[in-house]
Amino acid sequence: MNKSIKELEEEIIEEFSLFDDWMGKYEYIIELGKNLPLIDPKFKTEEFKVKGCQSQVWLSSEMKDGKLFYYADSDAVITKGIISLLIRVLSGHKPGEISEADMNFINKIGLKEHLSPNRANGLTAMINYMKKYAAAYAEQNVN
Amino acid sequence: MDNTGKILEEKIYDEFNVLKLREQFPILNQTVNGKPLIYLDNAATNQKPLSVINSISNYYETINSNVHRGLHTLSERATEAYEGSREKVREFINAKSTNEIVFVRGTTEGVNLVASTFGKVNVKEGDEIIVTEMEHHSNLVPWQNLCREKNAVLKYIPVNDEGELILDDLEKLITEKTKFISVVYISNTLGTINPIKKIIETAHRHNVPVMLDAAQAAPHLKIDVQDLDCDFLAFSGHKIYGPTGIGVLYAKEKFLEEMPPYQFGGEMIKSVSYEQTVYNDLPYKFEAGTPNISGAISLGAAIDFINSTGLEVIADQEKKLFDHAMKRMNEMGGIRFIGTAKEKASVISFLLEGIHPYDTGSILDNLGIAVRTGFHCTQPLIEQKYKLPGTVRASFAVYNTTEEIDIFAEGLKKVKQMLG
Ligand SMILES: Cc1ncc(COP(=O)(O)O)c(C=O)c1O
Repeated sequence: MNKSIKELEEEIIEEFSLFDDWMGKYEYIIELGKNLPLIDPKFKTEEFKVKGCQSQVWLSSEMKDGKLFYYADSDAVITKGIISLLIRVLSGHKPGEISEADMNFINKIGLKEHLSPNRANGLTAMINYMKKYAAAYAEQNVN
Repeated sequence: MDNTGKILEEKIYDEFNVLKLREQFPILNQTVNGKPLIYLDNAATNQKPLSVINSISNYYETINSNVHRGLHTLSERATEAYEGSREKVREFINAKSTNEIVFVRGTTEGVNLVASTFGKVNVKEGDEIIVTEMEHHSNLVPWQNLCREKNAVLKYIPVNDEGELILDDLEKLITEKTKFISVVYISNTLGTINPIKKIIETAHRHNVPVMLDAAQAAPHLKIDVQDLDCDFLAFSGHKIYGPTGIGVLYAKEKFLEEMPPYQFGGEMIKSVSYEQTVYNDLPYKFEAGTPNISGAISLGAAIDFINSTGLEVIADQEKKLFDHAMKRMNEMGGIRFIGTAKEKASVISFLLEGIHPYDTGSILDNLGIAVRTGFHCTQPLIEQKYKLPGTVRASFAVYNTTEEIDIFAEGLKKVKQMLG
């Protein structure tokens, strides 16, 4: 049985609680960024760019067996690391579950406070994009 | 002879001065993310000394009232202080007369004022305006917009790989159709100090007026508008240790006389009837409405601060910081500098090889070090010309210390270690 979105959020909160300062958290995010599987280069186009991010971010998605999978890349490593957290939480779930996720873990791990306002806006934009995809797929399913 | 003692003495003397000066800047004395703040974003805006901060509250505590309007004592005092600042500005840039000093919101408004008055009247379809490839958006977009409205052509003086203007073809770039040239004096992104005298001389040989964006020049070097013979010049208070929301447009009187008003309303009129209006004398013709009185007065306090510190002392300190930073960064290696002009101000734009500027900026911020990352309001230069995702920019002011530069250099090492 796969973990639910809530369970994955809890898992990340626990991982982050192991670091006692933000340098450690950053190091961890950078590590995640370096390990994020790269997106297929054919998606690195204007069409798949997430608007509202200061660094370049590309996002694509795919439905498999009723579940939605995300792929993303960015030219900035910290951005990539943050995206990999979002993907870990949301990817592989039903579109309906994804569009309802509250993504509370972001506040719990103190991510937003440690991002510049530009980056925080980018994070919001990214989540909105991911949810938009999910909502679109959910609607397709209903019809 | 061993002169270590002497050198040490000089060093202590120097540091002593900086530390003493820093006492006038309360904002510097704080921690950010648990680390002492190191403020290296001075090209965006620099910090304010107590004398400037106090001048604002002092104005509101003692003489606040509207200027040029009342007969009453407070109004006279406010007017005197406001006009006193205009005189300080005149002296600061060595203008002939205070008639040539218009208070505006900042450089951006200065350029917009000229584009939408002088530009509107003098630029016709098919005419040309010249700027450079290194302009800040505020000396680019107003001209772009004017050209779009008038069906005129915007031409660019090119920039080379070092970040210097290529002036070889300037004579050819200027044609009979050229109506105006507007050039940045010191580039906020590259630090390049442009050879503006040469540009002005060339332009004047063709009877083309020249405007200077002096936003970055005003805090670093002595501006003498008569010696430069520029026709227009704008700068911002907040980049010369003064408040935000106030700046200066200088223009030769003959142009200000010819130009139509920018905005209409109170202050800019001499007399009004239901049928028509007679505009006020210079410079009031361009200052419609109640001006930023406290801003203008504390701009005067900022000029006092610069004068009492000494522009040469400021320039020396900045040069020392710049040289020290370049030395530390060159020792480190793996850094690409963007803007390596021979004539440079204390601005360093760079990239750590293989590391995105936002990543560098984020880690530095976490270490309490404030730098700027991105396009620095020169997107065409960074993106189209140099094909970069942005740069990291460190810029120094008189209150920065060599110790701060050392911490900055250590910070860069940490970034490389984490992200390299
Ligand atoms: C070279 C240059 N020009 C113009 C400006 C615009 O100044 P302001 O935003 O104060 O109008 C700036 C400041 O960002 C600058 O550095």
